[in-house]
Amino acid sequence: MASGNLFQYVLSIGDDALITAQRLSEWAYRAPFLEEDIALSNISLDMFGRANLFLEYAASLKGNDTTADDLAFKRNEREFTNKLLCEQPNGNFADTMIRQFFLDTFNKLFLIKLIDSNDDQLSAISQKAIKETNYHIRHSSKWVIRLGNGTAESHAKVQLAIDNLWMFTEELFEMNENDIQMKQQKVGVDCTALKPQWDIIINDIFLEARVKMPQDLYMTTGGRHGLHTEHLGHLLSDMQYLQRAYPDAKW
Amino acid sequence: MVKDISTDNIWEILKTIPDPEIPVISIVDLGIIRAVQYAAATFTIIITPTYSGCPAMYLIKDEIIHNLESQGIINYQIETSLAPPWTTDWMSDEVKAKLKDAGIAPPANNIICPQCDSSEIEVISDFGSTACKALYKCNQCNEPFHYFKQI
Repeated sequence: MASGNLFQYVLSIGDDALITAQRLSEWAYRAPFLEEDIALSNISLDMFGRANLFLEYAASLKGNDTTADDLAFKRNEREFTNKLLCEQPNGNFADTMIRQFFLDTFNKLFLIKLIDSNDDQLSAISQKAIKETNYHIRHSSKWVIRLGNGTAESHAKVQLAIDNLWMFTEELFEMNENDIQMKQQKVGVDCTALKPQWDIIINDIFLEARVKMPQDLYMTTGGRHGLHTEHLGHLLSDMQYLQRAYPDAKW
Repeated sequence: MVKDISTDNIWEILKTIPDPEIPVISIVDLGIIRAVQYAAATFTIIITPTYSGCPAMYLIKDEIIHNLESQGIINYQIETSLAPPWTTDWMSDEVKAKLKDAGIAPPANNIICPQCDSSEIEVISDFGSTACKALYKCNQCNEPFHYFKQI
């Protein structure tokens, strides 16, 4: 049996967390009200912490004194393998909440399975992360319900956010060559198998929010192969600026 | 190197280090210190983060280093462990009482107002000024308060 690439697997999961964290941090001091500003910053911080754990592990697998910072700040756009949904812009508040609700729901199902990984470190990180994700999903799902049942405008905006972001949801459950090998080695998760449960959770919240699930939309993909939407490059130029301009600068 | 130092002495030193964000309790109270071991003339202090992104962890490490070295202890190493994941179940009743005295509702299944003990409370936000706290309001005494999240 061909052996999968554990480094690439851990790196990809770390990239998902890192890019999500960076997007959420863009809300700091800009959220609709103070409590929400604090909530989004906290969730961002949880995701940065998670990204750090995964990327530190990936760096240790790579060796040659690689650090988590090297992986975060010194790779180019095409070398990032996060799923496309993570990099989608914050847009309005409904856009962000729908993106997070889709991601949180996926992360919850994914982490529960990753706890059972044969790889001790992946299991340990997941046991920690799942506790935080339980809070995240509570936050995002409450907002979807609240916006859906709010004013005509909030309802319309949340429905539009769903329609716009739906095309990125199928990629969450895709499995590439490496994912399949990792799954066969009982290190990785069978993402395809998570889809029915994800659909149920999404559908339940959508019913409560009185919004519709889109049907038969074109689905896009590419993140795991380094093929991104135009938004990632802009995000990286912001995130990596300091290390690019002043390499190895320290606080 | 100071002679005749035991792991108990190390624990005593660690108990004097306050949590940087909630200084009424120590880092030992919080359950961050998982073990202190001694082998091959070296103390190993095993710590675990509360939340994966808790920024206080860096400061806590610095505080441990500072407190040990100021007592002449240099034969130590600090290791981080993730599993089992940190849980508020590791807090003793004594520690929970300290939180309550400081106006922070301790982790519990039934949250009560730390000021007036009323259970007529409502959540303002699941997220507070630090990763480990949520914001609540008491509908009896009308005071807002922090709740130390149960995880």
